[in-house]
Amino acid sequence: MKMNRRRFILGSTLVGGGLLIGYAASRPSKHRVANRDAGERPYLTTWLRIAPDNTVTVLVPHSEMGQGILTSLPMMAADELDADWNLVRVEQAPATDLFANGVLIKGFAESMGVSIPGVLDGLASAATMKVAEIMNMQITGGSSSVRFTGEHGMRVAGAAAREMLLKAASARLGVPESELSTSLSFVHHRASGRSLTYGELASDAARFEPSSEPILKTPEQFTLMGRSIPRVDIPAKVDGSAQYGIDAHLPGMLYAAVKTSPVFGNRLQSVGNTEAVLQRRGIKRIVELDDAVAVVADNYWRAQQALALLDIRFEETTNDSVNSRSIYAQYDTALQDELNEDVIEGDAPGFLASASDIVEATYRVPYLAHAAMEPMNCTVHFHDGRCDVWTGTQDNLGIRGRVAKVAGLDENSVTLHASYLGGGFGRRLPTGTNTIDQATQIASHFDVPVKTLWSREEDMQQDYYRPAVTSKFRAAFDNTGKLMAWENHYIGKNEPAEAAHTPYSIPHKHIAYALSDTHVPFGAWRSVAHSQHTFFLESFVDELAHRSGQNPYQFRLNMLADKPRHAAVLRAAAQKANWERNLPAGHAQGIALQESFGSIVAQVAEVSIRPDGSVQVHRVTCAVDCGRAINPDTVASQVESGVIFGLTAAMYGEITIDKGRVVQRNFPDYDMIRLRDTPQIDIVNVESGEALGGLGEPATPPIAAAVANAVYILTGQRVRELPLKNYRFTAAPVESAV
Amino acid sequence: MARFRVNGKEHQLDIEPDMPLLWALRDELGLSGTKFGCGVAACGACTVQVNGNPVRSCVTPVSAVEGSDITTIEGLAVNASLTPVQQAWIDHQVPQCGYCQSGMIMAVSALLASNPSPSDAEIDGAISNVCRCGTYPRIRQAIRSLRASA
Ligand code: FES
Ligand code: FES
Repeated sequence: MKMNRRRFILGSTLVGGGLLIGYAASRPSKHRVANRDAGERPYLTTWLRIAPDNTVTVLVPHSEMGQGILTSLPMMAADELDADWNLVRVEQAPATDLFANGVLIKGFAESMGVSIPGVLDGLASAATMKVAEIMNMQITGGSSSVRFTGEHGMRVAGAAAREMLLKAASARLGVPESELSTSLSFVHHRASGRSLTYGELASDAARFEPSSEPILKTPEQFTLMGRSIPRVDIPAKVDGSAQYGIDAHLPGMLYAAVKTSPVFGNRLQSVGNTEAVLQRRGIKRIVELDDAVAVVADNYWRAQQALALLDIRFEETTNDSVNSRSIYAQYDTALQDELNEDVIEGDAPGFLASASDIVEATYRVPYLAHAAMEPMNCTVHFHDGRCDVWTGTQDNLGIRGRVAKVAGLDENSVTLHASYLGGGFGRRLPTGTNTIDQATQIASHFDVPVKTLWSREEDMQQDYYRPAVTSKFRAAFDNTGKLMAWENHYIGKNEPAEAAHTPYSIPHKHIAYALSDTHVPFGAWRSVAHSQHTFFLESFVDELAHRSGQNPYQFRLNMLADKPRHAAVLRAAAQKANWERNLPAGHAQGIALQESFGSIVAQVAEVSIRPDGSVQVHRVTCAVDCGRAINPDTVASQVESGVIFGLTAAMYGEITIDKGRVVQRNFPDYDMIRLRDTPQIDIVNVESGEALGGLGEPATPPIAAAVANAVYILTGQRVRELPLKNYRFTAAPVESAV
Repeated sequence: MARFRVNGKEHQLDIEPDMPLLWALRDELGLSGTKFGCGVAACGACTVQVNGNPVRSCVTPVSAVEGSDITTIEGLAVNASLTPVQQAWIDHQVPQCGYCQSGMIMAVSALLASNPSPSDAEIDGAISNVCRCGTYPRIRQAIRSLRASA
């Protein structure tokens, strides 16, 4: 993606004898607090600081949720700066307007197609980059931090700072800049053997104007980018010292346990047995909310025990009769109605009308919960007309705004204390977080901090879910076995807009969708719409390969003539996996391919059927083209993570609706892949050198289809609904197509 | 009155005997390294060691640990020097979000103390903790690197 750096001006200033350099958006915002002469450059957003002691501090505006962002982003700045990594310090940027990230928003919006992503709801101006209105966002999502903040913020700031240091050194030493070089936080003048540290030059450098278009390094010049640098957040995560939102521990704090209406949106009707509950040890108060009730106590367990003793009634609505079957029936009806066009190429209906052999299939996937490891929680402290908030969030500013709104306070009266996130996956975006409002309302009754903490059951039953989707296909070949027509009608339209667009070249395509809302709240779930559609697309393509007697790998490759990057990734995966060669008896391989968030991923899953009819995945080979890896070890860990996340969904993931509410309660009935089920994961990096792709999500989409495609070869049974735990397979190998 | 030692320090707490150890540690003693994940012994995030044995503290009432020696993640490193398990976790860059890792490290430390050279099958059998981030491949590598013969 082309990004116009000129929109973003860098500013600099002198602080404490050091150089502060940063990124500023080109339009003033009404929220902005000036940290430099108001008229001239009123809203500098700082990225890095060079102190007289020669340390460089990089402020990271995104949340660390295990994706390594606290390391990768500073690496990008430090590399362009030619800083000594040992002298680089990393800080989490505070949640203030100054760090809101316009480039991120723009990048996010563009990569998601024309529509504005759901996470940007209410910010319709994002696509046109009206910075004033969108600066109030600090999102970590859409696999975008490195791609946008890194490429267009960190690197530019680092390179601009380096140029200023060179100018300062040139003036100080009285030699032309062309005779100077930089390395490891020094400016050297080789001819005279003189060297100055960045720290010594910092205050002089602050007198120069930073360029908004500094010269960036080419990949051969990188010293840090492309190297596996140990993550800075890891040491605190092995000794228990890392502080997550749930770990806020403050003097006099109280704890709230909550029960929300299990049927989404139904109102609280009555609460009984309150007298007895209030007499229990440590119980401070029962707080009634619109659709929930909370017990506040001096210890979380006491609050939870007491909550269970209340007699809580919720109003009934028509939603009480909704269940998963009725939702699927509603979907089927919607797909009979007039559809919205998505991609129309050629004349698929026409070709299908005259085709003699039509392949048809209907696929479905259920709702899924995020089940982040850290249950949802938020601590709020009202005092002196202000409030302090502790919570782990993918959007610090968004959550701050949310608290301010619920509390009726000005945003500047709310301080958000950023914490590590015990998992995000979309759950900790403001649009996927209902805990914050509750926590704010509950705490407003107290002048001490109150930690609202959801039980795992609440977390699972009050999520914003990956939607259940039905997707219907029809396809036909010509008499040479070439796939000619592709019709795909599906439910829902979420980001990314292109999720249902098959990459294969097929002359006639008719892709269309029906909207069919339910009362089950929608949430962005790792890889969003790709997580469902890749399963549909790559399973159905596989069906077509088998139907036409072609090898599933070769069949795909043949339709990728105009997509060399896709073809290269597919080939790399097949090669590394030793596609269909030397497999142990009873094992089979399935393959799948998907581009998402700017990265292309192909996976080969090697699978067998256990004697009890369940599926065992032995090995997953994953080829990735993310353009270029900033921190290869982080890339590998994100890919491993993405595969296992997708595999958990494929094997076990199922949220069922019955009587309007979620059936599953906790990990025993919403199970997770564990160590014993973990396949060997082999990763091939296909470095195309193209624009950076995201990494947090792209490894998740293909795995379900890769596994299901192998299951077909082993059993002859086509898996058109997930999860796999609902099947008892019998091994009955199909003839492997050549 | 509940009495036990945590990381070598004697504690006397005036709490209900059926309060799970997890909440005594987190809310009463302010030791937040031990995590709450499920509350029903299904995820292992709350694993601590009681007299050296791995125990899921969310379902362990304090009455069951009366007089016991409890070790939490905060008590592993002595004088800021990490244990071999913690060091292996850094060397293999295991944690992602990190939330499950206190429980993982406590469970793995207990396993290796009782079986210094576990086979892969023994590792799979003993470590049933959930990691939602899917750090399992690295956990496996890290444990393999710690085998006595390794
Ligand atoms: S919190 Fe104890 S096992 Fe999950
Ligand atoms: S590292 Fe996130 S849950 Fe294990």
